[in-house]
Amino acid sequence: MKRVLLTIGATVVGIVALLSFKTHGAVSTAASGLPSAGLPSAGLPATSTSASPTPSTTSTTTGAPPDPTASSASSAPSSATYTGSAITTRYGIVQVKITVSAKNITDVGFVQLTAFDGRSQQINSNAAPILLQETLSAQSANIDSVSGASYTSDGYVQSLQSALDKAGL
Amino acid sequence: MSSPTDLRRPQRHVEACMGTVFSFDVRAPGVDSTAIESVARWLHWVDDVFSTYQPSSQISRLAHGDLSIDDCAPEVAAVLARCRELTAETDGYFSGYPDGKLDPSGLVKGWAIQRASEMLTEAGSSNHCVNGGGDVQCAGSAHPGQPWRIGIADPARTGEFAAVIAGTDLAVATSGTTERGAHIWSPDGPESMAQLASVTLAGRRLATIDACATAAYAMGAHARDWIERRTDCYGLILYADGSRWSSPTFATT
Repeated sequence: MKRVLLTIGATVVGIVALLSFKTHGAVSTAASGLPSAGLPSAGLPATSTSASPTPSTTSTTTGAPPDPTASSASSAPSSATYTGSAITTRYGIVQVKITVSAKNITDVGFVQLTAFDGRSQQINSNAAPILLQETLSAQSANIDSVSGASYTSDGYVQSLQSALDKAGL
Repeated sequence: MSSPTDLRRPQRHVEACMGTVFSFDVRAPGVDSTAIESVARWLHWVDDVFSTYQPSSQISRLAHGDLSIDDCAPEVAAVLARCRELTAETDGYFSGYPDGKLDPSGLVKGWAIQRASEMLTEAGSSNHCVNGGGDVQCAGSAHPGQPWRIGIADPARTGEFAAVIAGTDLAVATSGTTERGAHIWSPDGPESMAQLASVTLAGRRLATIDACATAAYAMGAHARDWIERRTDCYGLILYADGSRWSSPTFATT
C-alpha cells in the first residue's frame, strides 16, 4: 500500500511538473507541488489556469493505472507533448502541439492549419513569368529590383538594389 | 488614398531591419505615408518576435521552454505550423529545426515581406514591389501594361545580372552563398551544395517561394527534379561551373 501511495505521489508530481512547465521552471514547480501531492485534484486547478496546454502521450501517466514502470518514468519525464489552443488568425485556424524534452522544444507539429498563405492579395495574372536569359550589366539593364543571395545591412550599401533605391529618390 | 503629388513618381522607402535592408517601391496609385510607416512597424515587430539573435524574443524564449506556444503571438503558431508543412513538401530539406534547434528564420523573412506587400495592397496600393535582402514580392505591374523586371544577380560577376525575370504579381527569391557565406543548412551536409552557385525561384507568393528556394539550394543535385515536380514555381539554377538550368515552363519572348 505504501508503495502504491508513493507511486501515485510520484505520478502526481510528474503531472504537476508537466502542467506547470508552461510558465515556470520544471524543477521549482515540482518542488512546490510536493506538499499537495497527496491530493491529486489540488495540483491540477492551480496549474491549469490557462486551461490550454494539456500534456498528453509519451510514456506517462495521465489516467493510467499506477504501474511501477510507468510511474518511475513519469517522475523524470523524458519528453512530453503539449497541445495548444485552436487560435483563429488572419491566416485561418491554427492549433499547434509541441514536444518538450529536457526543457528544450524538440518538435512542433500542427493539429489544425488552414490557409497560411495570405489571401488578401488579389492575383490578377495567371501568366507565367518571363525569363530573359541574357547576361546584362547593371548599367544596361532596365530593371526595377534585384534578387540575389541575401545581403546584410553592410552588403546593401554596395548592392545594386541600393543604387536603384537611390536612383528612384 | 492616392498621393496628392505627382502620381507617376514612385514612392520609395528604405528600412533597415532583421540584419538586412528592406526596399519599398510604390507605384501609382500611391499610399499615405502612414501606410508605409505601419508596414515598417510590422517588419520590426516580426523581428522582435521571431529573432533568434535576441534572447528576449518570443521564439528564443519558446525554444528555451520559458514561454508556451499559447503565450506567444498567434503568428508564431502559424509560422511553426507552416514550417512543418514545408518540411513535408520539401522532403525534409526545409526545416524549422536546422541543426536540431528551433529556428523558423527560413520562412520568416519571406513571409514578412509577403505580408508587407499585402498590407500595402490593403492600404490601396495595387502596384508595388517590396525587396528584403534580395527576396522580392511584387504586386500588380511596374507601369500600366509593363511587367516588373527583376534582375537576377550573377553570383560569378558582381554588379552584373545573369538573367531578368519579368512578370506581374510576382515573387522572386534567390538562395546561394555569395553574399552571406555558407548559411544554408542541408541534411546532406555542405558539400552537397557545392556545385550550385545559386537557385532562383519565381512564383506568386514569397513566403512559400523563399522557403522553397532555400530548400532547393540545400538539395544540390536533386534541386532541378524537385522544382520540375512543383506546379507553383519556376526555377533558374546557376551552377558553379557556369552552366545553368531553367524551368521549361517559364515564358520566353
